[in-house]
Amino acid sequence: MSNERTSVVIRFSGDSGDGMQLTGTQFSNTSAVMGNDISTFPDFPAEIRAPQGTIAGVSGFQVHIGATEINTPGDEPDVLVAMNPAALKANLYSIRKGGTVILNIDAFTALNFKKCGYEEDPRTTGELENYQVVEAKITSQTLEALSSFDLDNKAKGRCKNFYALGMTYFMFGRELEPTIKWVEKKFAKKAILAEANIAALKAGRNFAETLEAIVSTYVAPAKIRPGKYRQINGNVATAWGFIQAAEAANLKLFLGSYPITPASDILHELSKHKNFGVKTFQAEDEIAAICSSLGASFGGALGITTSSGPGIALKGEAMGLAVMYELPLVVINVQRGGPSTGLPTKTEQADLNQALFGRNGECPMIVVAASRPSDCFEMAFEASRLSLEHMTPVVLLTDGYIANGAEPWLIPDLKKKFNKIDNKLIDKVDGDFLAYQRDNNLVRSWAIPGVAGLEHRVGGIEKEDGTGNVSYDPENHQKMVNIRAEKVAKAAENIPLQNIEGDKSGDTLVVSWGGTYGSTHTAVEELRKEGHNVSLMHLKYINPMPSNVKDILKNFKNIVVAELNMGQLKDFMNAKFKCNAIGINQVKGLPFKVSELKKRILEFSNTETFKQISETREVGTQLEGRQ
Amino acid sequence: MTETVTYKKKDFVSDQEVRWCPGCGDYAILSSIQLAMTKVGKKKEDIVFVSGIGCSSRFPYYMDTYGMHTIHGRAPAFATGLKIHNPNLEVWQITGDGDGLSIGGNHLIHALRRNIDINIILFNNEIYGLTKGQYSPSSQYGLVTKSTPYGSVDRPFNVASLALGAGTTFFARTIDTDPKHMMAVFAEASKHKGTSIVEVLQNCVIFNDKVHDLYTNKDTRDDHTVRLEHGKPMIFGKEKNKGLRLNGFKPEVVTIGENGISESDLLIHDENDEFLAHLLGNLKGEGLPVPLGVVKRMATPTYEMDIENQNAAVVEKKGQGDMTALLNSGETWVVS
Repeated sequence: MSNERTSVVIRFSGDSGDGMQLTGTQFSNTSAVMGNDISTFPDFPAEIRAPQGTIAGVSGFQVHIGATEINTPGDEPDVLVAMNPAALKANLYSIRKGGTVILNIDAFTALNFKKCGYEEDPRTTGELENYQVVEAKITSQTLEALSSFDLDNKAKGRCKNFYALGMTYFMFGRELEPTIKWVEKKFAKKAILAEANIAALKAGRNFAETLEAIVSTYVAPAKIRPGKYRQINGNVATAWGFIQAAEAANLKLFLGSYPITPASDILHELSKHKNFGVKTFQAEDEIAAICSSLGASFGGALGITTSSGPGIALKGEAMGLAVMYELPLVVINVQRGGPSTGLPTKTEQADLNQALFGRNGECPMIVVAASRPSDCFEMAFEASRLSLEHMTPVVLLTDGYIANGAEPWLIPDLKKKFNKIDNKLIDKVDGDFLAYQRDNNLVRSWAIPGVAGLEHRVGGIEKEDGTGNVSYDPENHQKMVNIRAEKVAKAAENIPLQNIEGDKSGDTLVVSWGGTYGSTHTAVEELRKEGHNVSLMHLKYINPMPSNVKDILKNFKNIVVAELNMGQLKDFMNAKFKCNAIGINQVKGLPFKVSELKKRILEFSNTETFKQISETREVGTQLEGRQ
Repeated sequence: MTETVTYKKKDFVSDQEVRWCPGCGDYAILSSIQLAMTKVGKKKEDIVFVSGIGCSSRFPYYMDTYGMHTIHGRAPAFATGLKIHNPNLEVWQITGDGDGLSIGGNHLIHALRRNIDINIILFNNEIYGLTKGQYSPSSQYGLVTKSTPYGSVDRPFNVASLALGAGTTFFARTIDTDPKHMMAVFAEASKHKGTSIVEVLQNCVIFNDKVHDLYTNKDTRDDHTVRLEHGKPMIFGKEKNKGLRLNGFKPEVVTIGENGISESDLLIHDENDEFLAHLLGNLKGEGLPVPLGVVKRMATPTYEMDIENQNAAVVEKKGQGDMTALLNSGETWVVS
């Protein structure tokens, strides 16, 4: 018998060598193909292979599938697949009470209990009494199912994730076909491995079917906008957005990069697409990475560089130089937990201040942020467009959560969208050529080596207005600082106006930015359905902000800024608009939980409470005096 | 493909006032490079000078070509990105011993190992000039400077050994008091396909005056330098009667005509000999002369052309990229 649900959250968890990322990805892909809306959240350790069986080595993949629109990977998993005791210990706290826990009991040994700090078998201590426990001999049953295969036990054992996957496919009525096709393609040259994995998948499925403990649940296809869809994760979308931007601007794309988690996948992805004329350069360090990109920009490329917080810290000086040169350059920060090395594989939004202010001197940069995995395509395009049209460097902020998270994406029609960027290249001038002569938007032209008659020098020393010659003149320096700031501010005329979800005025406005959109959107939407007077303003253009933001803020009594840092956008907005906003802040390396967000938004929506908090909080008052 | 353009030195002189100290060795280097540019056979608009920070790094402002004055130590990275993007450009990087060996040491060695076709001119005056006189990574042990009032306890880099160790395919050394030699060496560096590095022994008249006096002073220079010529024996000295020969693995100075030594006993210079290059790179002290001229020149595929070829091969294999096709690749499904 099967019962129908509108959405289910499932978390696959095991040792980092157990193939949990792959298992989760297969489950997600199959669900997407079956028409569900999905959102995924890979959560893996910083160590590639931490000691087996320990908490440190636990790798997880959470996927949320739904018959309705899905915007987050879900707060509390309904199902946990735990391949060993460590996976159980690391995740049990997050599982919904009453949820299902599938245990690979072959791994439930005294030694493994010890490795992860269980004093006793958790099945005997009562700590699982709030959950439906499904015990399965996943390892030994996989070996059994593959007994006739001419493979050693190690190779057979590696198929156990497909056994577990097969169990979940039965539980949620998933079709086996998409995964079988994938396995056959993946192991096209090693047919025996393809057959072994398929056999394990089927064995797991059949085993689940015979178990009374498992009730098959069905999640119907979601009612989503008609069209052709594909799955995409944030890093791939970012890479593709830049390729498209270069095509739209009729330029060659140059990426200078240095490997860093969680940004490296953009480098990997772009390296594959040399047939688009993309050139990728893995530099000797972060500094060389950005400098090579800026060198390429000087030569007429769309120069970009990808990194994460610690790498951006190293790039600061070159970012300042790009501001001085007034050349296009996009700097991508896939944010992770900080400071310093921090939490390399976890997510955070604490590099906003770094993006806005992290350079010496008066050094304004355009800062934009992507809101969800598929939006990385649009914002990579937008970052490039603004950089090329305004001849100034741009920071694109994403984060580990949307970079690795995947979702279905309505494939855009490139004939209608993302097809035109005006670059500022010139090949001649009327009269004398002045390298720093500007148009009405204060944007200079882009004269590149190879063009006769426009030879000129660029440098980091202050330049004379117009000529670009070195100048130490006091008045000129003031003028140039003003011009560079105004040029960035003027980009506000070249970005979309800010939209509001919910009423255009009212009690409470939740403000969020970047990768938290899924959580804040879902929280506000649910609160509104429950009858609360709450609206959402989600920012993607942070510097400059859309020109209507100031007026939007005036229409609400309480401004609440939710972000995965200790209040950076809130401080920025209070300084800019004196809007007396208060913050909902979290830095745990994890995305917001919708339930938690709702609770806190409600707390603050009470105008009296809001008033109290905003008056008593030191940060709230301190910021009043800031310019 | 390129029509011949004839340039005069003044075509490469920019309208900017040169602001080095009177008597600085940099003036002679600038003039030699401007002259060398008339001979490299490249159009002016295809030439780019890139520099970092330091006295020498003001160089691009004085050249009437495209130029980038970048940030301290990082010029090789800018030059690399530029050259990868547009392999047709003739890219020159100007650096000094502080910019190139200290803050930029990492970028220098990686440019050299990649063999990207840029020309690096390293002005070595063994001192920081622009920051007013601190010791540099090439300053001699014991040197008293503003930051080492009791003498430096840092041991210096040997530029030649460093560059050769990093795998440079071209190394040459020249000296700021000999414009003709400089110009010839710069022209050779330009000709070489791959990274060329030229160490110019340069005098800082203010903070480290006469640091290379032994090699520049009329009285001593001929006995302390040897001019390398490919295929010719290594003869030097005021009387042109001294020579270098190998005694086992050790080079030694001998006198032609003494103890039955003749020219045929001497080392013959071979620019294509890796082992000889390392030996010459280490030649210093113990009465041994410092080699001037092209120490090593080795034909090796260049980095930027490897990239071009690889990209072309991928286009050949996969066809020109098509974004719409890429977006629609892999697993897709239609919602109606």
